[in-house]
Amino acid sequence: MQVPAQVEYEKAASVEQALALLARYGPGAKILAGGHSLIPMMKLRLAQPEVLIDINAIAGLRYIEPTADELRIGALARHADLLAATVAGEHFAILHDAERVIADPVVRQWGTIGGSLCQADPSEDLSAAFAALKGSMIIHGPDGSREVSARAFHTGPYQTVVGSDEMLTEIRLPIRLDGGSAYMKVARRIGDWPIGAAGAAVWLTDGGDRIADVGIGLTAVGATHFVAAEAEEFLRGRPATEETLAQAGEIAAEHCRPGSDQRGPADYKRHLVRELTARVLRLAVSRGRQTRGQVS
Amino acid sequence: MKITVTVNGTDYSRVVEPRLLLIHFLRDELRLTGSHWGCDTSNCGACVVWLDETPVKSCTVLAVMADGRRVTTIEGLPRNGALDPVQEAFAACHGLQCGFCTPGMIMTARWLLDQNPDPSTEEIREAISGQVCRCTGYENIVRSVRWAAKHDGRAGDRAGGDGA
Repeated sequence: MQVPAQVEYEKAASVEQALALLARYGPGAKILAGGHSLIPMMKLRLAQPEVLIDINAIAGLRYIEPTADELRIGALARHADLLAATVAGEHFAILHDAERVIADPVVRQWGTIGGSLCQADPSEDLSAAFAALKGSMIIHGPDGSREVSARAFHTGPYQTVVGSDEMLTEIRLPIRLDGGSAYMKVARRIGDWPIGAAGAAVWLTDGGDRIADVGIGLTAVGATHFVAAEAEEFLRGRPATEETLAQAGEIAAEHCRPGSDQRGPADYKRHLVRELTARVLRLAVSRGRQTRGQVS
Repeated sequence: MKITVTVNGTDYSRVVEPRLLLIHFLRDELRLTGSHWGCDTSNCGACVVWLDETPVKSCTVLAVMADGRRVTTIEGLPRNGALDPVQEAFAACHGLQCGFCTPGMIMTARWLLDQNPDPSTEEIREAISGQVCRCTGYENIVRSVRWAAKHDGRAGDRAGGDGA
C-alpha cells in the first residue's frame, strides 16, 4: 500500500496568496496542482514536502489564449484543455501530437501543463515540445515576475530554475508564420513513459524549400535541456530535402546521451532518436508547406 | 483537517489527515466499497470516480482536494432504484468477468457517453485506454458501451440534470 508521508495542506485562492504561503513555509513547501506527477512521487516517498499549497482554486490560471503574436497557456491548464484547444492545434500541431500520447484520457483531465513542467521529469513530453517551439515560461516570485526561455528552464532531472519562493504561472509560445511542427513517441504501452520521443518545429523560406530556422526537442534520451542543438545548427539555412533531414537525425542520435534501462538499451534509444528525429522533421516540413499553401 | 465532500448527493463531513487518498476516504471512511483500490500507481483505473463532472483516478487525489466538491461513485449511478443503462449493458453483454475493473470502466464509460452519445469502437477503446481489465475482457466491455449507447434513454436527461 502506497501512502504519502505526513504533510500539511493549505489552499491558495490567488497567485499572491500562493506566494505568501510559499514565503511563510519556505523550501519545505510544494505547489500542488493536478497532483498527477507529485502525488505518485509522494506515495513512493521520492518526494516528501512538509506542506502542500493547493492552487486548484486559482481559476484565473487555467486558460489557453492567443495574442497577436503568442499563444499563452496558464500553468493550471489541464492536458485535456490543451488537446481540446483548436487554436493550439492550428498554430502548433506538435502540441496536439504530444498531448494525444501523454498519459491516458482520464489522467489528462487532471494533470496540468505547469505541473508537468515543474516536475521536470526527463521523460516528460511537453518540455521537449516547448523547447522545439522556443517558448518561454513566466515565473512569479516575491519581487514580481520574470521570463525564462524554455531552453533554460530545466537545470537537471527533476530540477528547474523556479525558486522555492516562486511559482510558474504561464507558458508563452511565439506564433511565427511559415512554420510546421510535429511530435512522435515510442512507448511500451499507453500511459507509460516514452522509450524515446522527438519533436520538431521548422520555419521555412524560399517557397518552402529551405529551412530558415528549426527547433528539435528530444525526450528521455539525455539531451541537454531537451534540445538537439547540433542537429538544429546543421539544418539552419539548408534545403529541406530528405537527405538533410535524415542527416539531422544522425547528428541528433550522435549527440544525445541515453541510458540503458528497463525500457531498452542505449543503442536502441539512439536508433529511435535517429529515426524519430528524421520523421518529425519530415512531417513538420510537410505541414509547414501546407500552411504556406493556405496563406498564399 | 475537517473536510466536507458531497458524495452521491449526500454531504459527508470528516476530520482526515491531508495525506489520505480519496479512494481510501471513500472505502474506509464512508464504507463506499464499490470503487476498487487496484494498482496504487494510477495505471489500472479500477478506482475511477468523478470529481465534480470529471473522471479521476481516486488513488491519485488527496481527499482534502475534494473538500467542498462533489464526488460520484458507482453507488451513485442508479436512479430511483433503476440501474444506469451502462450498468445494464455490462450485465447484458457480459462486460465483466471477475468484476474488479468494472466500477472504473463503468464510470469512465458513463462519462464518455455523456460527452459523446454515439462513440465508435475506436473512441471507446481510446476512452478506456488508461484502464486495465486483467481478465482481458475488453471486447465485451467495448460491446457493452456500444449497447449502452443504443439503449441510453438518459443522456439528454443527464445533460439537463444535476450530473450527480
